[in-house]
Order: sequence, then C-alpha cells, then structure tokens
Amino acid sequence: MPASGRPHTVYFFGTCLIDMFYPEAGLAGMELLKREGLKVVFPQKQTCCGQPARNNGHQDEARAVARLQLDAFPGDWPIVVPSGSCAGMMKVHYPELFENDPDHARAVAFSERVFELTEFLVDVLGVRLVDRGRPVTVTWHPSCHSQREAGVVEQPKALLRQLANVTLVENPREKECCGFGGTFSVKQPEISAAMVADKVASIEATGASQVVSGDCGCLMNITGAAAKSRKAFTGTHIAEFLLERCHGR
Amino acid sequence: MAAEARVSDFGGKAHVALNDPKLRANFRRAMDGLMAKRAAQFDDPAEWTALRARGAAIRARALARLPDLLERLEANLTRNGITVHWAETPAEANAAVLGILRQAGAKRVIKGKSMVTEEIHLNAHLEANGITAVESDLGEYIIQLAGQAPSHIVMPCIHMNKVEIAELFADKIEGQTYTEDVDELCAAARKALRDRFADADAGISGVNFAVAETGTLVLIENEGNGRLSTTLPPLHIAVTGIEKVVERLDDVAPLLSLLPRSATGQIITTYVNMISSPRKAGEKDGPRQVHLVLLDNGRSRVYADVQLADTLRCIRCAACMNHCPVYTRVGGHTYTFTYPGPIGKILTPQLEGLDCAGDQPHASSLCGACAEVCPVQIPIPDLLARLRTEAVRPASPAVRGGGSGRSLADTLGWAGWTAMYSSPRLYGLSSRMMGLFGNLIPAWMPMLKQWTRVRTKPRFAGKSLHQIARERGFSND
Ligand code: SF4
Repeated sequence: MPASGRPHTVYFFGTCLIDMFYPEAGLAGMELLKREGLKVVFPQKQTCCGQPARNNGHQDEARAVARLQLDAFPGDWPIVVPSGSCAGMMKVHYPELFENDPDHARAVAFSERVFELTEFLVDVLGVRLVDRGRPVTVTWHPSCHSQREAGVVEQPKALLRQLANVTLVENPREKECCGFGGTFSVKQPEISAAMVADKVASIEATGASQVVSGDCGCLMNITGAAAKSRKAFTGTHIAEFLLERCHGR
Repeated sequence: MAAEARVSDFGGKAHVALNDPKLRANFRRAMDGLMAKRAAQFDDPAEWTALRARGAAIRARALARLPDLLERLEANLTRNGITVHWAETPAEANAAVLGILRQAGAKRVIKGKSMVTEEIHLNAHLEANGITAVESDLGEYIIQLAGQAPSHIVMPCIHMNKVEIAELFADKIEGQTYTEDVDELCAAARKALRDRFADADAGISGVNFAVAETGTLVLIENEGNGRLSTTLPPLHIAVTGIEKVVERLDDVAPLLSLLPRSATGQIITTYVNMISSPRKAGEKDGPRQVHLVLLDNGRSRVYADVQLADTLRCIRCAACMNHCPVYTRVGGHTYTFTYPGPIGKILTPQLEGLDCAGDQPHASSLCGACAEVCPVQIPIPDLLARLRTEAVRPASPAVRGGGSGRSLADTLGWAGWTAMYSSPRLYGLSSRMMGLFGNLIPAWMPMLKQWTRVRTKPRFAGKSLHQIARERGFSND
C-alpha cells in the first residue's frame, strides 16, 4: 500500500470459490470499494491463492499457482480479498512458500499488500455505512483463518454494528470451526458432518434469521447443511449483506 | 517388549465414536468446562501474550542446548545421588525399569501418573514379568480397572461419566456397593489404594520438568498420590522423555504458571514436588534410591529437523485437545496411540512413522484453535501441513515413512489442478464450462457424494466473477 493515507486504486482478488459459486459476493465487495471513491482493478489473470494444494502437502503445486498471482498483481496497490481464509494464505503463507525461491522478495512484498475486505473497509478506509434496510436479526460466523491467520476479528462486527436496523446476536460457539476446512470436508466427511451439524444448531439457537460471514467456504458448508436439514435461517457473505443494506434492498 | 504393531485407523475409529452419543456428550461437556476454566485464567490478553512468549522462549532455549543440558542434568542428578539411565527405545526403557526393580527385589509397584510409561506400555511389561503395578492417580486407577488406555493426557478417564464409573467400581472393587455419589466413589478408590501404597516396594512416576542446573525433578499433581508414590516406597523410579529438560530453576516458575492454568484452569496444582535426592543421612523419610530413566524413542530424530523440533517444546498441558473441534467429537481413543488431540497428530506420526499414522495429520480442518491456546506457541497447523508435505514429497530424513502418502490418483489430481489454476486461459475455459455444465454433475460423483450426505449440492454461478468484472467494465490493470 502507498506509504500513507488513503489509496485511490485497489486490486481485487476475487478468490476461486467466489468466482465460480458466489460471484455476486465478489461484485458486492468491488461495489463497496467503488462507493468509497476508489478505482477497483480486477486482473483477469488471477485464479486461486493456492491454499488447497498447500494444505494437502503439495507445496510445489501451490507455489506454481501462487506465482501466477504474483504476476497478476504487479502494481503496488493494496490487494483486497473478500475472504479471510485466502487473505490469511497470502499474508501468512506466501513468504514461507517462497522461501529460498528467487521470487521470495516479491512474495513478501505481495503479502504485505494483502487486506481482507472488512479489514480494509474499517482500518484503511474507515467507512461509515447508512442502513436503509428493514429490521433484521443476524449472527456472525468468523472463519478460522480470518480470526487466526488474517487476524480479522472485530472489523466485520464493527461494520454490522454501524447498521441501525441490524441486531447482531452473538453465537456463544462463534469461534468454533464449522467443519469446512477445504478438502477436509470430503476427506473426513463424517467428522466434518458432525462439526457442521453443531455449527448449524448453534446458529439456529441464536434465533437469527441470517448468518453473515466473510468466507464463502464456510457459507457453502453451513447453508448447505442448514438447507439439507430444513433450517429456517439463510447465509450471506458480508459484502453482499452490507451492500444490500446500503441500497435498502 | 513385544508391543503389537499398531496402525492408525482414524476414519474407522472416528466413525464408531461419532455414533456413540454418550461418548460425544461426555467429551463435549468436559471440554466445554475445561475451556471455560482456562478462559477465566487468561482473561488478560496482555498477560497471556507475555507469559506464553516467555514459556515458548524458555522451552526453545532448552531445546537449543538440549545435548549440553542433558549432560548437565545427568551430572547434577548423579551428584545429588540420583541414578540416570538412558533408553533409546521403549524396550530399553522397560528393561531399565525392570532391571532396577529386580535388583531391589521389588514385586509391588505403585504408580503416579506418567504418559511416558503409557507410551512404552510399562505396566504390561512389568505384569509379564511378575510385577504388579497399580495406578494411583484417580483417573489412571479408573482406566486401569476398566482395562483401557487414557483418552486424554491430563484427564485419562474423561471419556467416562459418573454412572459408568459407578458401575465399574461396583463391578471391580471388592465389597463396593453401587453408588453415584462422587465423594463415596473417591473414598472407595482412596481406601483401595491406601493398602497399595502401604505395601509398595517401589514407586514409579513421570516428570514435568527436569532442571539441568540443579538436578531437580519437578512433578505436579492434585491428589497427593504423586508425592506418596515418590516418597513412601523405598525406591522411586522416574521415567520421562529427553525433551523435558529445562535449563534453570528460574525457568520453572513461568512454566508452572502456564501449565495448570492451561490444563485445568487452576492457578497452581495442589502439589508441586521437587525431587532432588534420595533420603539423606539423618532424614526420616523419602526413598533410599531414586532413579531417572530418560527415553528417546524417536525424539532425537524429531530434534534433528529445525521446524519439526518445535514439537518437543510441548509441556503436555492438553489445552490443544481441550479446544480441538475434532478431538471433542471423536475422543482420545480414536487416535490409537498414547498422545491424542493436536499434539498427538504431530507427535505420533513422527514417533511411529507416517506410514503408520499418516492419516492423523489429515484429520484436521487446520482451524488453528490449538495453536491459539498452546502455552508454548507450538505452530501446530504449520507442523500438520509440513507432515502432509513429507507424506507426499519427502524432504527430511528425520521423518520416517516419508512419501507413504503418495498415490497416482493424488499426484495426477493435483497435477491437473495445478495446470488449471496456473494458466489463466485454461482456468477461464474451465470456469466457463463449469458455469454452463457444472450443475449437471451428478451428486454421486466421489467428492460430491461425501459433501451431499449432509449438505445440498453447491450451485455453479452462470457467470464467473471474471466475466461479470469484464462486463461491468472493471479495469484489468
Ligand atoms: S502442544 Fe501445546 S497445548 Fe498441546 S499439550 Fe503441548 S503444550 Fe499443551
């Protein structure tokens, strides 16, 4: 990021999951940035942060894919990511992934430019949102990597609390993993199923009509399990949720 | 020792555990309680951050000088009159203990809690050689009666509830009538154990910290059984792993503050034993002989790898398992080997080999709840990822069974994945195809089948974000 103050241009890294399954969440993230007067650049070369390979022990494969992202974001603008998990991968693991690699310095510089979306909205832009939506009760689900790798804990809740008609109820088991874990959900299907069942029950117990999260992996898991077991609540990515509130939809 | 060859079967055992509602309820209740107690202890983030950094530094410093500290430990223990025995393997450790007991003519042993003696299956070895060993820690006593292995490293019988223990006592303790009254159950165990203490020829215990500078063995516990086991019988044998050494007596205080607070939410344990010699001339109590058996069993191999050596910082507080969403649901016995939970998932494959326990590093969502609470800052998820790497692309001779996780399907699958995600053109093509036809993929396809057991099928969007960004005029550079 430029040394001081508010940038005028940002990169947007959409993530592979959003790209194929939740493009509206990505678009909402870009719109939120645009509303703040920023130019949003979406490099068409981008694909995936490489986390799936890294988490499965395939470092070389992860590095090959990560290297493409280094190429795709050559400028020195901040890279905003609508996922704590992918942001965590790029912030924390890129430097170690490129250790002893000619691209190490580039990877370090890249990682320092990465911001999770809500982190960027709150810490860098200091956004003020005006709620135009109808009263609603929601609960927040933080992804494990957003809390523990990207270090994003308070920012999304701070944004939700700016919304006058949104009641945020805390889930006492908020911090517990939903059981997604990428390939974990299909490699350890039974354990993952037990985890997501508990997560769904804990969300239902809050009485919220929606669970809001900053990570589409968790949302795919939680809303998929909720729908299968016919629960009443729905799930929304925070970017989409915020934008809808601002538009009064 | 003729330990039966064991192989991890995480998936199979997890299946059984997950379908046992009583077991799941027992763990959930117990772990919730332990997490709350720990959280109450570390409610000041600044204090926690500073203290765990200190704990990590103390353990890292000890490991950095491990060979030297072990020599100093031996020299100082010897000077204090404690005999040191080195054991490279479980068999050697068992033989050392048996040898000491035989030399003293000991037949009856009382034991304080020790995970290392579980690791080497000492009780079975002694039993096979005509020596009875009775566990005196209440939890260990209970699982010994039940003929089981510990399911937790601090609370060995945490998988059982009060009713199960009441039934066990009524069944196994002579003259015991069925009661669910906790005080009465404790009294029954105390009564049964008192005689065992009185007629024990030897006491065997573990060690929490071995202080190199002073030659002191530190042992913490809550029931007084550790103190009795190490002071009442004429012979005391302590058994521990070589990584338990710390440099100075000063190092013990911060670790003693971290360990019980992380483990059980206690400020300090009821008993803190510091053992620095056998009974001296003129003293009225204490054992006549004290021995320390130091076990390697693969630890020096772990030590040889700079990254994996962090595993050895562990002070066995069990906070990682108390906070683990997987452990909480599958319980300790699912891990087959002595150390369950996140610490087990990194330690077991290193001690036993990836060919034997390679499924364990994969039985994690990498959520990181363990590393968040580890009082000595072991980066457990990073080490899990590292072991996953060793399983498919072995780089370190320190890890046994490296490469055992390779399969053609895995290699080809990831090669295909890499080809797709490292080529913008191929990626664009595939995502367009998925947008058009992805939703036609039937739910019985291998990965989707697992997914859709409890979840609806994810729906591919008609247009990717790439396409939408282009259409909406978002700049490419
Ligand atoms: S790995 Fe850390 S949290 Fe787990 S038992 Fe060891 S010291 Fe405690």
